Amino acid sequence: MGFVPLLSVKEITKSFSGVLANDHINLDLFPGEVLAILGENGAGKSTLMKILYGFYRADVGSIYLKGAPIQIRSPQEARNYGIGLVFQDFVQIPAFTVLENIILFSPGLPFILNKKHLAKQITELSEKYDLRIDPYAPLQELSVGERQKVELIKLLLAEAKVLIFDEPTRNLAPHEIEGLFKVFANLGRDGYSVIFITHKLKEALECANRIVVMRQGRITGILSAQEASEEKLISLMFGETIIEFPFLPKARTIKASPPLLELKGIATYAEEKAGGLKDINLKVYPGEIVGIAGVAGNGQKEIGDVILGLQKCARGRKYLFGQEATNWSVARVRESGVVFIPEDPLTMAAFPWLTIQENMALSNTKKYSQGRGFFINWDAVRADLEKSLKRLGFKLPSFYSMLKNLSGGNIQRMILAKELAQNPKLILAFYPTRGLDVRSASAARELLLTYRNAGAGILFISEDLRELFALCDRLLVLFRGQIVGEEDPQKITFQEVGYLMTGGKYYEQSN
Amino acid sequence: MSKAIELKNSSFKKNLGPSLSRFFFLFSIAFVFFALILWIFGKNPFRAYVDIFLNTLGSTYGISETLVKMIPLILTALATAIPSRIWLINVGGEGQFHMGAIVATGVALNLNFLPGWILLPVLIISGFLGGGLWGMCSGFLRAKGWVSETISTLLLNYVAILLVSFLVFGPWKDPESANYPQTAEFGEAAILPSLGQSRVHLGIFLASAALCGFYFVMSRTRWGLEMRAMAANMEAARRNGIPLEKYFLILMLIGGGLAGIAGMCEVSAIQGRLRPNISPGYGYMGFLISWMAMGNPWGIVAAAFLLAIVTAGGDILQMTQGVTGSVVNILLALILFVVLARQGIIRGRK
Repeated sequence: MGFVPLLSVKEITKSFSGVLANDHINLDLFPGEVLAILGENGAGKSTLMKILYGFYRADVGSIYLKGAPIQIRSPQEARNYGIGLVFQDFVQIPAFTVLENIILFSPGLPFILNKKHLAKQITELSEKYDLRIDPYAPLQELSVGERQKVELIKLLLAEAKVLIFDEPTRNLAPHEIEGLFKVFANLGRDGYSVIFITHKLKEALECANRIVVMRQGRITGILSAQEASEEKLISLMFGETIIEFPFLPKARTIKASPPLLELKGIATYAEEKAGGLKDINLKVYPGEIVGIAGVAGNGQKEIGDVILGLQKCARGRKYLFGQEATNWSVARVRESGVVFIPEDPLTMAAFPWLTIQENMALSNTKKYSQGRGFFINWDAVRADLEKSLKRLGFKLPSFYSMLKNLSGGNIQRMILAKELAQNPKLILAFYPTRGLDVRSASAARELLLTYRNAGAGILFISEDLRELFALCDRLLVLFRGQIVGEEDPQKITFQEVGYLMTGGKYYEQSN
Repeated sequence: MSKAIELKNSSFKKNLGPSLSRFFFLFSIAFVFFALILWIFGKNPFRAYVDIFLNTLGSTYGISETLVKMIPLILTALATAIPSRIWLINVGGEGQFHMGAIVATGVALNLNFLPGWILLPVLIISGFLGGGLWGMCSGFLRAKGWVSETISTLLLNYVAILLVSFLVFGPWKDPESANYPQTAEFGEAAILPSLGQSRVHLGIFLASAALCGFYFVMSRTRWGLEMRAMAANMEAARRNGIPLEKYFLILMLIGGGLAGIAGMCEVSAIQGRLRPNISPGYGYMGFLISWMAMGNPWGIVAAAFLLAIVTAGGDILQMTQGVTGSVVNILLALILFVVLARQGIIRGRK
C-alpha cells in the first residue's frame, strides 16, 4: 500500500507495575480499511486502544496522524484528532431519546439547538449505513445492538475518521453481529477506518481487510484477509495449534433415574412485561447437559433467578433432587448442591473490593467457618481454590489481591473456579465462557463435561450456537419467556434453531 | 505467617497513621472557624479553648467527666456504625437510647425487690431489648422493602422521646416529687455501680466490650466476611445465599440494643430515675461520630473523646465566657460540615 497511513503507531510500549502490556508495537492504519485486532484475554489489545484514545499514555513510542506526529493526552484530544471509541458499557441515559443522548455528547453545538436539523442528520446517517435508528425513540426501548449504533452515530456526527470498536460483538445476537459487519464494510467504503477488537477468530475472518494478531503484548503477525486462515491465526495467537472445540462425545442420558431439577408450569409475576416466564416446563437428569438457546433477554436471567430462589413464582412448582423446592431460600438451594455461574459475574457473583480468597470463602461460608462462625479456615479456602484452579488449568495472581485488580477474563476464571470447587450436583452455567479466550473456554467446557460424566446435571445457557451444539445432550429454545422448542442437537440444524430463537414459531402460532 | 498476611490484607483494617493525621487536620479547620466566631462576638478564643482544655483534661475530675460522656457516645456511635457496615443508615440512636431507658426504668421500678446481682444484668438486657426491638422495627420494615430505614428510624426518634414525656408526666410520675415530671428514684440495687469516687460507671466496660466485639466480628468471623460482602455487592451477596433480610433485622437489633444500653446506663448510673431531657442528643452525636470514624473502631474512640470534650465545653463557656452553652452547637455543626466535606472529597477523588 503506497499511500500515507491515516494513523500509525511506532514502538509503543506500556507497562503496568512491571508487566509489559504493550511491547514495541508498530502498526499502520490506512483510510477505508477494516482492521481486526485479534488476541486472547490480556494480549494487550485494549491497552493499545486506550493509548490511542488518550486514556493511557505510552511509556515510550509515538503516534502519527497522516504522517505528522501527535500527542494524545486525553479522550478529548483524541476526538479532536478524529479518533473515536465506541464504548462497551455505554455512557447513555436510558430515559432520554436517541436525539437527546446524542446532543448531550456533541461538543461545539450552538447555544440554541436546532433539533430538527440534528434529527435529520441522524436519520440520513441511519439510512446511509442501514442502522435503522429513530432519533425520537427513547433509548431504553432499544436493544444492546441498537444502542451500539447510537454510539456510532455520535462519533460520525463528531466527524471521527478512526472508529474503534472494543469487543463490540460480546452482547450481540447472531443476526445483529452480521448487521454490524455490514456497517463496517459500508464505513470502509466511505473512507472511514475501523479498528475492530475481538478474540473470536471467525468474526475477524468475516469482516476484516487485515488482521493483526497480538500475543502477550506483542504483535505476532499482520495478515491480509486473503492470506489469513483459521489455522494460521490460531498458531499466531497461541504459538501452537489448538482446535477451537471439537464435537464432543454425548452421554447416555440416564432417564431412568429421577430428575435433579424439574420446573413444572413455572410462571413469574412479571409475565405480562418483558422478561417474564410463561409456563416453563423443564427437567435436568443426572449426567446430561441441557442447553437453552435464545437471544439474551428472553427469560434466561429469570430462569436462573427462579431456580436459585431469588424470584418467587406466580404459578408452578420447582423440584430439586426429588424434593419440592418451590419456596426454598437461596442459601438452602445452594446448600443442596446447586452452583451458579451467572451471566454477569461482576455484578452478580463477584465482590470486587474483597480479596480473591475472601471471594472464595463467600461461595460457601458455612463450610469454611470454624467454631460456629467465629473463625474462618483460610487454609481450607486456599486449598480448595488451588485445587479447583488446577483442574481448570487457570492461573491467578496472589490470592490476597483484590478481585477488582483482575482483568475481566480472570474474574470469569475466578468465578468458575470458585463455583466448581463446591462439588456441585446441579450446575447452572450462564454464558460460562463469555469473555474467555479460546484455551480457557475449552478448559471450562471440558470440566463441565467431566462433571456431567460423573453424574451431575448441567443447565447450560449460551448464545453461541456452536458451543451449544457441541456440548448439549438436549437443546431447548427460549423465546419471550416460553420454551418454543426441545430438540436433539444432532438432528437439528443451526438454521432451524436460529429460526426458533428469533421467534419463527411464535409468530406462526399467533398468526 | 499466614495470619500476618491475612491481617495485612483484610480490607477492614485500615492504615492508622495517615488517617489520624488527616483526622486532626480536618478538625483543626473546624476549631479555627469556631475561634473566628467567638472572636467576632468579642470573646477571647484562646481563653475559651484554654478554659475548655483545663476543665476537661486539666484535672482528674475533668478527665473522669469526659469518660462519663464518652460511654453513651461510644455506644450510640456503634448503634450507627454496626448497621452502616451493610449500608443501613440508622439515624435512630436517639430514639433507641430513650427506649432503652424506658424499658430499663420499667424493670427497675417494678422488680425492685430483686438483689443487685440479679437486677443489674436484667436491667442491661432490658435496656438492650428496649433499644434493640425499637431498631428492629425499622429493620423489619426495610427487610420487607416497605420503608427505608433512614426515614423510619428518624421518625421513631420522636415517638420514643414523646413516650418518655408521656410516662413521666402521666402513669410513672413520682407522687412525692411535687410537680417535677420524673419517676420515683431507683432503688439501691438498680443503680449501676461507679468506679471509686468518680461518676465513671460500669458502662465503660460494656462500651469497651462492644467495641472489641465489633472489631473482632468484622475482621475475623464468618459474619464479618458476609457483612463486608454485602457492603461490597448486595446483588452478588444475595446470589451467594447470604440471608440479607436476617442481617437487616439482626444488625438493627444489635445497633439499637447498644443505644438502648446507653440509655439504660444514663437512667441507672447518672440520673437514678427517668426524666425528660436525659440525653443532650447522644443519639445524633453518635451518628456524627460513626461517620467521622467511617466505622473504624479506633476512630470511634477518638471521635467520641473529641465530642465529649466539645459538649462539656458548652457548659464551661457558659460559666467562664458568659456565652450561652448552646454555642457549641455551632462547633458541632462545623465538625459535621468538615466530616461531610471530607467524604465528598474522597468520593470526588474516586
